[in-house]
Amino acid sequence: MSNSFLIILGIITPLFAALFSYVCRYNNNLRDSFGIIGGLITFVISLKIFHGIQNNEVYQITFFTLFDGVDFAFKVSALGSIFSLVASSLWILASIYTIGYMRGAGEKNQTRFVIFYSIAIHAALAIAWSGNLLVLFIFYEILTFSTFPLVGHKQNTESQSAGRLYLSILVGTSLIFFLPAIFWIWLKTGTLDFQDGGILMNKFPAEYLSFLIAMLVFGIGKAAIMPIHRWLPAAMVAPTPVSALLHAVAVVKAGVFSFLVVVVYIVGPDFLLQTKSSDWLVWLACFTIMASSIIAITKDDLKARLAYSTISQLSYIILGAALASSLALKGASFHIITHALGKITLFFCAGAIYVTAHIKKVSELKGMGYKLPLIFFAYTLGALSIIGVPPFIGSWSKFYLIMGSIEREFIIVAIILGISSLLNIYYLLQPVVIGFTQNSKKEIKLIKASLTVWPPLITGLGCLVFFFYANYFLNNVSGVIVN
Amino acid sequence: MFDIFLDDAPALVVVLPLLISAIIAFMPSKIWPWIISIITLLLHLFLSLHLLKEISVSGLIIYEFGNWEPPWGISFKIDGVNIGLQLLFSIFVLVSTFYSRKIFLNEIDYRDSGKAYSLWLLAVGSLNGIILTNDIFNLFVFLEISALASISLIALGAGQNRKALLAAFNYLIIGAIGATFYVIGVGFAYAMTGTLNMNDLVIQLAQYSDGQLAIFAGMSFMLIGLMVKAAIFPVHIWLPPAYSYAPSAVSTLLAALATKTILYFFVRLLYEVFIIYPSYLSLFLDFVLYPLSLLAIFIGTVIAIYQNDIKKLLAFSSIAQIGYITLAFSLKDHSGVASGFVHIFNHALIKGGLFMAVGYFAILYKDRVTLNSLKGFGYKYPITSFALLICGLSLIGLPLTNGFISKLYLFQALYTNQMYFSIALVAVSSALAVVYFWKIVEQMWFSEIKFKSEKEDAYIYLPIWIVTISIIVFGIYSTPIIEFSNLSADYLISGYQN
Repeated sequence: MSNSFLIILGIITPLFAALFSYVCRYNNNLRDSFGIIGGLITFVISLKIFHGIQNNEVYQITFFTLFDGVDFAFKVSALGSIFSLVASSLWILASIYTIGYMRGAGEKNQTRFVIFYSIAIHAALAIAWSGNLLVLFIFYEILTFSTFPLVGHKQNTESQSAGRLYLSILVGTSLIFFLPAIFWIWLKTGTLDFQDGGILMNKFPAEYLSFLIAMLVFGIGKAAIMPIHRWLPAAMVAPTPVSALLHAVAVVKAGVFSFLVVVVYIVGPDFLLQTKSSDWLVWLACFTIMASSIIAITKDDLKARLAYSTISQLSYIILGAALASSLALKGASFHIITHALGKITLFFCAGAIYVTAHIKKVSELKGMGYKLPLIFFAYTLGALSIIGVPPFIGSWSKFYLIMGSIEREFIIVAIILGISSLLNIYYLLQPVVIGFTQNSKKEIKLIKASLTVWPPLITGLGCLVFFFYANYFLNNVSGVIVN
Repeated sequence: MFDIFLDDAPALVVVLPLLISAIIAFMPSKIWPWIISIITLLLHLFLSLHLLKEISVSGLIIYEFGNWEPPWGISFKIDGVNIGLQLLFSIFVLVSTFYSRKIFLNEIDYRDSGKAYSLWLLAVGSLNGIILTNDIFNLFVFLEISALASISLIALGAGQNRKALLAAFNYLIIGAIGATFYVIGVGFAYAMTGTLNMNDLVIQLAQYSDGQLAIFAGMSFMLIGLMVKAAIFPVHIWLPPAYSYAPSAVSTLLAALATKTILYFFVRLLYEVFIIYPSYLSLFLDFVLYPLSLLAIFIGTVIAIYQNDIKKLLAFSSIAQIGYITLAFSLKDHSGVASGFVHIFNHALIKGGLFMAVGYFAILYKDRVTLNSLKGFGYKYPITSFALLICGLSLIGLPLTNGFISKLYLFQALYTNQMYFSIALVAVSSALAVVYFWKIVEQMWFSEIKFKSEKEDAYIYLPIWIVTISIIVFGIYSTPIIEFSNLSADYLISGYQN
């Protein structure tokens, strides 16, 4: 199979999954199976590309020219191969989980849900493999629009206003800041292609670079840096499979991925290090990390708490990109994988608790640990990974980020990362503590939904197992940093 | 045999619709006026294509009526500036006429069909005259014919809603004021120079030194008159009611083409004639047109957000979009004028497509289309709704649609002129466009009410989809539009630099 064909197949498979789901909309089991099949196919393709990138193979395809110097083209970068591997592998588990959740919770409009779910994955994969910034932008917008029906899925007043907020922030920032920034880059360099080492060096005035970075980081609203973070907690009204795969993995990771790609392949880390244009962003990222951790502590709603935790964790990646040293970039890229694995576990568990016991609040979890041991076990694994305790995979990326900040002589940043870990322990492990220590007198009727239990167990154990195989991923991550 | 006619092609594209218009005026048939109009416009398209062929060979055609040489006789001029617009005009008129039949049958008394198509062709002929004429007084005549034809067409909407009469009357009064201003200006120019021909005017005006108040007064009168006609903010108030209460087919024609042709003449007058007074021109462009364009963009968009009536919403969005075009034209360089023309082409398609789709909804809903009435239309009428979605995304300016190309070139022009504030404003306003457009989408697809899909009329959705597909095609393969726009800008700006 030729390399370019592989890209096309990978990108259109989710679309076909959506199409077949629609065609088979009257047969629930058949309809829902296409998510799993599509996930398997894209996973195999992503894995093949991931290995190909390790062996220096080139995966690219150009369709047509949009305007001077900008083609509609796909080209897989080392960073993109990581993102696509994460998105596609978790899609399989999320599809299984979706079946359990949607049926257990008795949601309506399940066909529409699976269709847009697949389209969102399609957009995420296309973002991962996009060949230039404009193609990335196109699919960035498609991802926003395709997740809107998922956020507003319940169609009540609350979810509608949440959907509006979601859309207006994400599309608004992208049109006001991101697109003009893309135009600016194009006008200065005449190209938008991703190249190792960046394209701006010697072409873009260094004194305006901080301004461009600001336009990009605020324009890529999906990266959820403060003050552009409100959409993420609002999006939690969506059913949990959406929060799990999209708002812990595909959408938000698309955001930080876009920013990382810009830093690595457009601006170039060297240019950034020379001009120190992103040092201000380091502090903003630190602020976001701390502020959202503190907000997370105050949240009693489990999903809202996880959402703020996500905002905090995303800023780790922004922080790594802003530091722009090779260790920090390594950590930031790796954090895409580790956080995805950990956070999807937590969301899976939150959804599983909701489906089986109809509990949303942390304070109501009293004694639930004894009733739902498997879910709480998985939750603990995921939480420990995000906190960064060895031997969990999350410890690697945190380690690299701290090393990176020391490398750039930002000692305070390293300290902040440490404090943030302590806060993580508090707000992520509190549900576990409540679940196992306090006994509830209330009798709660449990609904059996085993399909929601196995996926978090798999990802949770993955957090543990992959700690020992970190080098397998780090090989590709190292490819991100050329020198 | 045809050659005799082809020599007169420049005159025929205007005269043919006018002539046929008189013939079909009292035809008591439901279908024949439409068939004859379609045949006429097919011929019209053929003639336009012939003109394109001629222009690609010779580069310039001056057609003298009755062989009276200019500056005495009236002449038409076809060159690189207007050939692109002529082609777009010809094609779009044909498509919208095809679309109009079922719409007219639903919205007006079928016995008025003959009158409607008579007025329709009258409007087509006179608007085309605006594109081709090389004579400032002749332009006034075409302005008046097109205004009267459009006013009567708008008034035909009274069968649906009596407010159409008020809208038509408003347009009549304000349009007449605009035309009066224009003709006073022409009077001044004629008194000073003794000529009405545009090429000759340039030569005559060059004799006067830079200090002739009468000439400046005349120029100002002409420009203000045209601004009223082109609905440039703040003299746009006639446009929203006129577009929204007119029969849907008429809104389509007017929104897509009427203001565009006048904008074309406006920019031609600025860069071809008034260019000989550079200080006056830059005064007007920098201190009148530029700030007004920015206001139009911002205020038009904001008002559109608060509209409940969809056609009004689109009309206010048109005010903002006209602002984009005049903003580009106020830049005084090649990139600016070219991007203005790009947006003239693209916006004609986008707004035409949107009005077509909403017009169809008006017929299906049998009442004015408000936000509430659109509930569930996305499921009920998927084919048309999907076209509306694509046109709307293009209005916002997302990549892969032609709206994006417009925005790209506008940004480029603004950037080369270092107008960063305008870039920010355009970016913000395109984001605000999401707000008003998404209100529509939300009602159509994400409201509680669900419907089974119903059958849609192929005669109506076919033209809608032709426009929609062209939006996507020109978003991906933008070369033709860019070439025509660059050609226009080449002709106009070469005058500026000399």
